[in-house]
Amino acid sequence: MTQEYSIIISGFGGQGTLFAGQLLAYAAMDNGYQVTWIPSYGPEMRGGTAHCTTIISNSIIGSPVTRSPYAVIGLNLPSVDKYEKVIPAGGILIANQSLMNRELVRSDIKGVLIPANEIAEQLGNKQMTNMVTVGALLAHLPVLSVEALEQALKDHLPPRKQQWLPANVDAMRKGFEFAQEAVAA
Amino acid sequence: MAKQLLKGNEAFAEAAIRAGCEGFFGYPITPSTEFLEHMAKRMPELGRAFVQAESEVAAINMVYGAVCTGKRAMTASSSPGISLMMEGISYIAGTEVPAVIVNVMRGGPGLGNIAPSQGDYYQMVKGGGHGDYFPIVLAPASVQEAIDQIGLAFDLADKYRSVVHVIVDGNIGQMMEPAELPPMRPLPKDVPEWAVNGAKGRAARSLSSIYIDPKDEEVTNIRLVRRWMEIEKNEVRYTEYFLDDAEIAVIGFGTAGRVASSAINQAREEGIKVGLFRPITLAPFPKKQIEDLSKHVKSILVVEMNSGMMLDDIQSIVQGRVPVEFFGRMGGVTPFPDEILDEIRRVNTNEAVINGQVRAEWLDRLEKLIEEGK
Repeated sequence: MTQEYSIIISGFGGQGTLFAGQLLAYAAMDNGYQVTWIPSYGPEMRGGTAHCTTIISNSIIGSPVTRSPYAVIGLNLPSVDKYEKVIPAGGILIANQSLMNRELVRSDIKGVLIPANEIAEQLGNKQMTNMVTVGALLAHLPVLSVEALEQALKDHLPPRKQQWLPANVDAMRKGFEFAQEAVAA
Repeated sequence: MAKQLLKGNEAFAEAAIRAGCEGFFGYPITPSTEFLEHMAKRMPELGRAFVQAESEVAAINMVYGAVCTGKRAMTASSSPGISLMMEGISYIAGTEVPAVIVNVMRGGPGLGNIAPSQGDYYQMVKGGGHGDYFPIVLAPASVQEAIDQIGLAFDLADKYRSVVHVIVDGNIGQMMEPAELPPMRPLPKDVPEWAVNGAKGRAARSLSSIYIDPKDEEVTNIRLVRRWMEIEKNEVRYTEYFLDDAEIAVIGFGTAGRVASSAINQAREEGIKVGLFRPITLAPFPKKQIEDLSKHVKSILVVEMNSGMMLDDIQSIVQGRVPVEFFGRMGGVTPFPDEILDEIRRVNTNEAVINGQVRAEWLDRLEKLIEEGK
């Protein structure tokens, strides 16, 4: 039985969308899954919106892009507006509440409104916003554990960024805990 | 060597290096730029030649010069850049020297855009440059396949003293997938007997594409055509997916082919007997295989990211034995699997007919799709 999970991470350029998607891809590959990662490229990378699609599967992946992603991390309001509509019922939406002025509309998906900027700032580093949301995603994604992502960070964070490893892990764990509580509530 | 998560363009460039590419000459253009960037970093490390030329015209002529010395050399560009190179590519073909040219295709015509496209099919497959010549055209559909085919491209170029195009679209250039790079091949010690690499201690040789006397040119043309017939006999490559019991055959290359495979998985779950034929060599084209296929299926659906260029080739092979339907997106739009799934369902429910209106009917459906916001 084919199990395939498509994940779109979308936000402003500079919010770490592409790296977050790559990290999921590394963790998936290291855990024996098939995976593709594809960015939006070109002018979008130069200051506008940036998004990437990561697909994780237990068999060969055809299309590297999808119209209806199983899971979305929306790091800003335009991204949430764009993707909330297209997630299939039962899918996941992690929405960055810090940059939104509305609630989520869909009730047939697992929606998590998370103040990711504030959580990252409380941890002392706003750059970790993306990792907070990745943690929140892992709380609901049927594949990949926080431990798998930690290992991927250790193995694939460039040497000059290894000093940020503990901060990344903390941010991811905080996001994970928040999303677990959000659903329990 | 273990699998790594590799970005298409960078992986192809590294694969070329490991296949013994000793000279890269290029000019940056999205979505192929990472290819050149990787070469800029790696080639000097290895003591090999990298030049960012002043233009694509200069770059291809540098390739021309380099390959005349018997070394492996190449360039990579994207659609408008490839257009600029066409004169040089024809000279390379006319001189009968091997060259590998990668085209990471984007939306066009004209300046178009930087999004993925297959709109250069005609230009690549039918020659592109002037005069009677036949380039080999490889169309990989994944990062791993592209890595493998870069090595193959150099081998075929040398074997047949031919131009070899490797064409992918921006999706495959920009995508990251787990893939395995080949080991570094040792550089060949022998110099081909035709190479012009300095005549010290031997008789001088010359290489040229000029044959002032038409009779001499015709002799050359005959040699090129005969060589091409040899290539057609030996080098056809393709892959099949779920075709054994298929009543509908989808035919698509590169990204269009792999997106179609997602749609085929879903259609199979619905019980539709559909499979995929994916040409890997667009030239030589798998004519015999498609002819055979047309004798076993009820209908054929061609899927491309252009206006139906390969469609024309397939129709000329199928010759009306079965209906050939078409679905394509243009301008840099990549089709989503659900669009192709809808087409498969349509062909499955409403028996396709041959009425000579394939393109017109597709355009009507496409415009409706665009109205729906797809």
